[in-house]
Amino acid sequence: MSGLAAIVGAGCTKVGEHWELSVLELAVEASLKALDDAGSPPVSAIYVGNAASEVLNEQGNLAVLLADELGLRGIKAVEVRAGDASGALALHQAYLEMAAGAPGPVLAVGVEKLTDVMIQEVERVQMLFEDARATFHSGITIPGLCALLTRLYMQQYGASYEDLVLLAVNDHRNAANNKYAQYPFPITVETVLNSPLVADPVRLFDTAGVGDGAAAVLIVKAEEARRFSDAPVRLLASEAVAGEASFSSREDLLSMNSLRKAAARALKRAGMDIKDVDFFELHNTTSVVGILALEELGLAERGEGWRLVKEGQIAIGADWPVNTMGGLKGRGHPWGATGLYQAVEAVWQLRGEAGKNQVEGAEVGLTHNMCGLGSLSCVHILARWEVRA
Amino acid sequence: MSVPRFWREIPHKYRLLGSRCRSCGAVYHPRRRVCPRCGSRDLEDVRLSRRGRLLAFTVVRRAPSDLDEYKPYIVGLVELQDGVRVLSQIVDCDPSELRPGLELEATLRRIRAHGPAGVIEYGYKFRPVIKWEPEGGASSLGDASGGEVPAGEGDR
Amino acid sequence: MKPIRPVGIVGYGGYVPIYRIKASEIGRLWGNDGCSLPIVEKAVAGPDEDMTTIAYEAARYALMRARIDPCEIGAIFIGSESKPYAVKPSGTIVAEALGIGSHLLAADYEFACKAGTEAFQTCIGLVSSGMARYAMAIGADTAQGRPADDLEYTAASGGAAFIFGLKSDETVAYLEGSCSYATDTADFWRRAGQPYPRHFGRFTGKPAYFRHVITAAKKLMEELGLGPEDFDWAVFHQPNTKFPLKAAKMLGIDRKKLEPGLLVPYIGNTYSGSSPLGLAATLDVAQPGDRILMVSYGSGAGSDAFSFVVQDAIEEKRPLAPPVRAFLARKKYVDYATYARFRGKLLR
Repeated sequence: MSGLAAIVGAGCTKVGEHWELSVLELAVEASLKALDDAGSPPVSAIYVGNAASEVLNEQGNLAVLLADELGLRGIKAVEVRAGDASGALALHQAYLEMAAGAPGPVLAVGVEKLTDVMIQEVERVQMLFEDARATFHSGITIPGLCALLTRLYMQQYGASYEDLVLLAVNDHRNAANNKYAQYPFPITVETVLNSPLVADPVRLFDTAGVGDGAAAVLIVKAEEARRFSDAPVRLLASEAVAGEASFSSREDLLSMNSLRKAAARALKRAGMDIKDVDFFELHNTTSVVGILALEELGLAERGEGWRLVKEGQIAIGADWPVNTMGGLKGRGHPWGATGLYQAVEAVWQLRGEAGKNQVEGAEVGLTHNMCGLGSLSCVHILARWEVRA
Repeated sequence: MSVPRFWREIPHKYRLLGSRCRSCGAVYHPRRRVCPRCGSRDLEDVRLSRRGRLLAFTVVRRAPSDLDEYKPYIVGLVELQDGVRVLSQIVDCDPSELRPGLELEATLRRIRAHGPAGVIEYGYKFRPVIKWEPEGGASSLGDASGGEVPAGEGDR
Repeated sequence: MKPIRPVGIVGYGGYVPIYRIKASEIGRLWGNDGCSLPIVEKAVAGPDEDMTTIAYEAARYALMRARIDPCEIGAIFIGSESKPYAVKPSGTIVAEALGIGSHLLAADYEFACKAGTEAFQTCIGLVSSGMARYAMAIGADTAQGRPADDLEYTAASGGAAFIFGLKSDETVAYLEGSCSYATDTADFWRRAGQPYPRHFGRFTGKPAYFRHVITAAKKLMEELGLGPEDFDWAVFHQPNTKFPLKAAKMLGIDRKKLEPGLLVPYIGNTYSGSSPLGLAATLDVAQPGDRILMVSYGSGAGSDAFSFVVQDAIEEKRPLAPPVRAFLARKKYVDYATYARFRGKLLR
C-alpha cells in the first residue's frame, strides 16, 4: 500500500478565537484553501475529523453538512471521531479510501471550535476522551493526567520540571515564525514557571491552549499527482493503533504502547528506519508527553528524552527537529483539527515552503497524533515527491 | 445527570467491585468480561482491597464545570493491594502531607450533587490511613484497615 | 421497657470528620470577647461529607467489630436532622456501600438530637422479637448553625453506629432496660424547607433538656431498681459542656463518670450523633461488668434512657476498629471562610 497516495492540496485557518466563524464555516475555509491549492478538482469523498461538535457547538453530522456547504452533493461523506486523534484518523481513512480505489480526489478535513463554551466545559468534555468511569469519578482532567505523568517521570528519572518544559520553549520558538499559529511568540522557562498552576506541577504555559481551527489536505493516487500539483507530497504510510483505553491500566505508566506500535508499523510500511526521518510533528498535550514520545520513537533512551531537548537536539537546524511550526503548544490544538495541521505543516516542510522554519533538505517527515494520553495513536509518514518507498 | 447510569455504577463506585480473571489472576476495575492479558472470558466479580499506596498525585486547580466549586482538589493514582490501579480524589490531607508510597484507605464520599434538586452521586475517595495507639500503651499501632468488612452476598 | 429476650450490642463504631473550627474563631466574627464560649472547638464536615457518608464510616467500624456476615443485618435505621434528601432513605445508600444486601428494612428517623437512640429502641424491639437477627442503629448529623446564632458555636458533625443482636458471648454489652419519655415541647425546631433550625434560648433548658433527661433517667433507675451509685459511667446528650454536667449533678452522678463520653468540648454537638458517640467513646474504655447509663435528648421533645452492662467480648472486639479518641486526635483547623465554604453557607 505504500506510496499509493499523494497530497496535492493543503490549507488551514489560523488557530485562534474565531468568534465570527462557526465550526462549519471554519471547515469550509480550510477546505476551499486545500482545494484551490490543487486547482479545485472535483472531489469523490470527504472525511471529516472532529472530536466533540455535538457538545461544543450543538451541531452533529459535520461531514454531510460540510459536503453540502462545498457544493458536493452525491459524494461519500464520513465523519471520523477519536478525541484529539480525530484529525489524523480522518486522514487515515481518506488514505485507505484512496488505496481502495477511490474514483477521484479525497478531501480530509479536521475542524474543532472550542471557544463556543467556557473553559470549565472544555475541561469536562476532554475528560470524555478517556474512560469516563475513571475521569468523571475522580475529577481528573487531561492536564491532571499529564500532571500525574509529569510527577511519575520526574520521580523515576530525576528530571526537573524546568528541564521538561524546554520542549514548550522549543515549540514557541518555532511558532513565532508561523503566521497560522495561535501563540506566535517565543517564551522562556520563566514564562512557564510564572504562569498559573493548572494541575500541580503543570502550569498554564505547559498546556496546549484553547482555540478554534480547521486544516485540510486533498489526496489523490500517486500516479495522477502531477496532474493536480507541481509539488505533490507522498503519503508513504498511515497507521492507527489503539493502546490501553485507560492510562492507569498501563503495565508501564511511562510508556505509550500505541505510539511505539504505530510508528514501527508505519516505518515498516514506508521501508524506512527512524534515522531516515528528518522532522517530527509530535502530540505533546503537555511537555512530558512529547518527551516520552521522543523515547518511544527511539530518538532517546528511556528517561533521557529530556536531555535531547536540553541539549538543543530538537531545534530546526539540529539532528531531530520537533514541532517545526509550533506544535500543539505554539501553533495550537483544536482537537479534531490537529492531526490535519500536522499534515499541512509536513507538506510545507517537504515542499520547501516552511520559510524561517525550513528544515534544510527535508525529505521525510513523521507526524504523531494521539487521543488523550495515548489510548489511540495515528502515525503518518510523508515524503518529498522525489523520495520513493 | 443520568440517574440510570449512576445507579448502574453503584457496585464499582460504592464497593470498589472489580473483576478477577480466573485463568491468569489479573485484577481489573471496573468490571469487564474479557481479560486483556490472557483473553479469557472466565472472570469473577471481586471486591477490591480498600487499602493501597499512592503512586503520584496532582492538585486540580482548573476544574470541569460540575466540580468547579470543589477546586482545588487532589487526585491521585493509587495502587491497591490487589495490584490494580485506580484514579481517585485524595481527601482529609494537604498536598504537603502526600508522598509516593503513602498508605491510603478508601472511604465513601460525595462525588457531586447535581444542583440543589438533583441526585447526589456517592463513591470512593481515598485518604491517609487512620492509625491509633491502643489504650494501655501496647507496642503496635492499630490501623483501621487491617479488619476488612467481610464481603456479603449483597454484591450484585 | 425490657425486651422479652435480652439484647446486646454486637459491634459499635464512631466517626468524626477531620476538620475543626475553634469557637473563638466563630466568636471573632460576631464580636464575642471570648469570656464565655460554650466549647473549645467543633468538628466540621468536609465539603464532600454529609450525614450519609458519616453514617457509612461509623457503620463500617461497627461491622468490623461485630464480625458478622453483613447480609445477616435485617434492618438499618439512621437518625438525623441533616438528611441530604427529604425524601429518599440514606439507609439504603449505606447498606449498598457496605454490601449488606437488599433483604432488609431501612428507614431514616427524625426526632431532633435523639433520632439515633430512637433507632436503638426499634432495633432492640426487632431483634428481641426475632424479626431480625441483627439490626443496625446509626445516629449521624452534619448540623447546621445559623450564622450569628448562639448555636453556631456548637452545631457540629459526627456519628456512631451500633449493631444489635440477641445477648450472647459475642455481644460487647447487653441492655438491662430502657425508658422513653416524650412531650410536645417546642424548644428547638426546623420547618420543612428551612435551611436552619430555630430555638427559644433559655426555654431549651429546664422545661426541655432537663425535664426530659432527668425524668427518663429517674424512671429507668426506678424500673431497674438502680441508684446513681450503681453506674460506672454515664453518657448524656451534649449540646454544650454545661448541660450534661448539670444533669449528672442533678442525678447524683459523679462527673468523673462522664469523662470518656464527654466529647462536646472538642467536637461540639453532633446532634443525633451526640450521645451515641459518647456511648462509643465510653465503650472504648469500659471494662467487663461496668454499667453504663446513657440518656439522649431530642428537642420537640423527648429522651431515651438506657442501661448497658459491659461484657467480656469488649476486650477482644474493641481493638478491631479505631477508638473515638483516634478521631478526636485527627484534626485540621479551618478558618471561618473555609468553614462557611465547606458547610455550604456561601452558596445559599
